[in-house]
Amino acid sequence: MPGPVQSIERAAAILRLLAQGSGRLGLSEIANSLGLARGTAHGILRTLQLVGFVEQDEATGKYQLGAALLHLGTSYLDVNELRSRAINWADALAARSGEAVRIGTHLQGKVLVVHHVFRPDDSLQTLDVGMLLPMHATAIGKVLLAYDANAAAAQQDAVKDGELEQFTRRTVRTHREMSRMLATVREHGWASDVDEAGMGEAGVAAPIRGYGGLVVGAMGISGATERICDSGGRPRPDLVGYVRDAARAVSRDLGASRW
Amino acid sequence: MTQRYVMSIDQGTTSTRCILFDQRGRLVSVTQREHKQHFPRPGWVEHDAVEIWRNLERIGPEALAQAGIGPGEVAAVGIANQRETTVLWDRRTGVPVTPAVVWQDTRTDTLVDELSRRPDAHVVRERCGLPLATYFSAPTVRWLLDDTDGLRERAERGEVLFGTMESWLIWNLTGGPDGGVHVTDVTNASRTLLMNLRDLDWDPVLLGFFGIPRAMLPEIRPSSETYGVARRVLPGVRISAALGDQQAALFGQTCFHRGEAKCTYGTGAFLLLNTGTEPVASTHGLLTTVGYQIGDQPAVYALEGSIAITGALVQWFRDRLGIISTAPEIETLARTVDDNGGCYIVPAFSGLFAPHWRSEARGVIVGLTSYITKGHLARAVLEATGWQTREVVDAMNADAGIALTTLKVDGGMTSDNLLMQFIADVLDVPVVRPMVAETVSLGAAYAAGLAVGYWPDLEGLRRHWHRAAQWTPAMDPKRREDEYDNWRRAVERAFDWIKPTAG
Repeated sequence: MPGPVQSIERAAAILRLLAQGSGRLGLSEIANSLGLARGTAHGILRTLQLVGFVEQDEATGKYQLGAALLHLGTSYLDVNELRSRAINWADALAARSGEAVRIGTHLQGKVLVVHHVFRPDDSLQTLDVGMLLPMHATAIGKVLLAYDANAAAAQQDAVKDGELEQFTRRTVRTHREMSRMLATVREHGWASDVDEAGMGEAGVAAPIRGYGGLVVGAMGISGATERICDSGGRPRPDLVGYVRDAARAVSRDLGASRW
Repeated sequence: MTQRYVMSIDQGTTSTRCILFDQRGRLVSVTQREHKQHFPRPGWVEHDAVEIWRNLERIGPEALAQAGIGPGEVAAVGIANQRETTVLWDRRTGVPVTPAVVWQDTRTDTLVDELSRRPDAHVVRERCGLPLATYFSAPTVRWLLDDTDGLRERAERGEVLFGTMESWLIWNLTGGPDGGVHVTDVTNASRTLLMNLRDLDWDPVLLGFFGIPRAMLPEIRPSSETYGVARRVLPGVRISAALGDQQAALFGQTCFHRGEAKCTYGTGAFLLLNTGTEPVASTHGLLTTVGYQIGDQPAVYALEGSIAITGALVQWFRDRLGIISTAPEIETLARTVDDNGGCYIVPAFSGLFAPHWRSEARGVIVGLTSYITKGHLARAVLEATGWQTREVVDAMNADAGIALTTLKVDGGMTSDNLLMQFIADVLDVPVVRPMVAETVSLGAAYAAGLAVGYWPDLEGLRRHWHRAAQWTPAMDPKRREDEYDNWRRAVERAFDWIKPTAG
């Protein structure tokens, strides 16, 4: 078994130190208290600052606990914040793919649509924001099931109670089918639904990640199966590429560095 | 080499951005750099024009690198800029002689009072379509010429040049002291108080009124026309458009027909209505301004309704009250309640702009009871933007004699669904958001691409416009009227707060 990770231990010590007393300390005070080199302490503080656990006062340069730490129990990224950060990339995805774009997060075993961009053909469409979609029959839902442990747990409870709701004969039905499907999603890094939520409808989605790779939502396109899929019934590779690029761009803006 | 892209430079109040667009008007790369805001005294707001130029020197090439192209693949560059901000610089050295004075700066309030009391003060609105206010450039130029010894003489000899930000950047791009082109466009010139709205040229009467020497002024050119070729930063690229940022947004929203309007929601909000090739004088507190001019075609005019505080109220809620930690959270908080609980906020932080123009008004929160929660306050914050829009739209309908049928919106606040729905509800017309939210940059790019034949005509540009979202009115008419009545009563309570100083 590997030993404790030193930098995490030190980060925890810095947080404890800041949580004590006045709560505002300079770099030297922190480094001296923990017997760390200034450079080492600074590196850890910078990382903690990046994830929002520590804030630095602009005027004095002193450090204190960050707001994100105080709200650790509530949702990490406000859905309206997510929309605001993703809106330009969602527009670009709709323009490039020619399809409607939706961004979803997990809410009590369902997909909550938090953003919707119309298909750019100027036909009559209505905003789906606030609507709930089934997890197991939509590309966005499958991404959330594959990467969001809480979403998966909520769904598993539902499966135990019996079969998943069937929308078409292609909707995934059993727990085993779903496990296999989610393994494929994790392997490829994206999900699709083809004639599963409704006949003739298809979608492609990819995860949106924040700091450290935490999945905060999923972004995808949806439209007629004949447009989304090739003649073999598989999602067109160019569309999959657009979706993944857009989701990665949002993730980068949110601070996910590796994806 | 084929020229596949058009670049826009958006020189805004807080940052400068470069965006490359492809032939279908789609965004290809974006770079951005903020500049410092200087507040040397209460009411003063300054920028360092050199810092802004250095930022452009950096982000221009970065935008090309991000797209993996060279300047040879850029058909043209267009500039959209913060309006009215004044730069004075030395023609020989290229160095600014004073800090740039930003449109928010109120140092000229005493001067403006003095000028307004002159018997011939009526010439201002008659000739340029705008009221005398600190907001516009001419009083600032006059103030700077009075303030610095010898500056007026140097300006008269043409040694010191005036320009708004687009003039400053074009002059630098085309060589600076070494042959730089000193031009402005009709939309920016229309905001100085010095341009005759019909002749589209500097008005000798207005120059005389403000005491500003003609020798320091740039040449006024159409908004869409090649002014010169960049010799620095983007060598060889034609500079083919300049528009004030709000006019650029009107152009980017493709409001090319009389009666089409857009509203940009940022710190403040600016609603512009295309009124066609004739200027419409406002009797309801709106500004008459130039919308754009393409080459040698007649200029297209606009009515403008400026709202000082919209997004700034959300920022105040976040930064000063600390009730939310990010601006989008205002929607989350507002959704914790079903209505405003009877509470209204009138954000007259520095008076009220259109349609009231009451500088002595100050902000009020009315209808407070022990029932009110921070959720109700958050609703009232968002509703203030909706009602202020309604007041401006009512004024537009009255002035232009045509009722608005749809409002095209853009800007950061359009990501707030609750607000957009509320605006549709209180205006009782559909609110639509276009697919490219960056309408300011897109407008500058469109105007530049049009000038060099990259895009053939306005109708071609209209085909790029796609609806990304639409909010349809759903408010009960009775409730709309009751709420509007409450809002108007709240606004009355904001009036007459600052007492005139004795003497």
